[in-house]
Amino acid sequence: MNERRRAIIKSLSVYSMAVATGLMKPLSALAVDWEKKVFELSKLDDVIAALGGNFQVSDGVVLVASEIAENGAVVPISVESKLPNTDKIAILIENNPNPLSARFTIHDGTDPEVKTRVKMAGTSNVHAIARSDGKWFMATKEIKVTLGGCGG
Amino acid sequence: MGMPMLIRAKQKGENTEVKVLVKHDMETGRRKDEAGNIVPAHFIKTISASCEGKIIFEGELGPAVSKDPFLSFSFKNGKKGDKVSITWVDNKDDSRTDETKIR
Repeated sequence: MNERRRAIIKSLSVYSMAVATGLMKPLSALAVDWEKKVFELSKLDDVIAALGGNFQVSDGVVLVASEIAENGAVVPISVESKLPNTDKIAILIENNPNPLSARFTIHDGTDPEVKTRVKMAGTSNVHAIARSDGKWFMATKEIKVTLGGCGG
Repeated sequence: MGMPMLIRAKQKGENTEVKVLVKHDMETGRRKDEAGNIVPAHFIKTISASCEGKIIFEGELGPAVSKDPFLSFSFKNGKKGDKVSITWVDNKDDSRTDETKIR
């Protein structure tokens, strides 16, 4: 009994040391899986299909971004959902090599609003989508880019 | 290991506003260096935030998120002094966790 307890305490301290030194990922980092097959799709229609089909255009999704981005490497984007039970928010950039730029999971008690910065290869429609009660809703805005952000 | 993140968690009424600035190159795998060689993709894939051990927000990022990613969101039920912790993992399985207290 005593030895078992010690073994547990020992393994716990090894675990926390491993986390602290960055050797092991803490469990919280494993909660979402990066979905390679969706992030690597190159056509918007394929991304829409992979996420479950039609996105209904809705005023309940608010996409805030300036119409002209001088630097495509850093385009500030804000997405807010006013729809009930929003649990996912994603940003799709139609003309980027891979349209899906980021997808966020909104947990209970967290506001369905996120601000971030993305790269845009050139002028493109940007679609902000939010999942409310299992259905996706969308807001679209064209952002003109004067200097592309994907290098090369 | 990566460089430390800058995290700010500020109580605003009943909401806690979290702002995170991560130090990361977010290489797309499409850029070329001066010698014309492709710089391999190196980007954060997942980032998660928790308050006092409870997960509040998660993100899956692609290489189209800007270099040195910035994220801002807010949540309820936090209070001053609570610990907010953020962890990222990149495509080379490097990871880093930093934390701050709600002010």
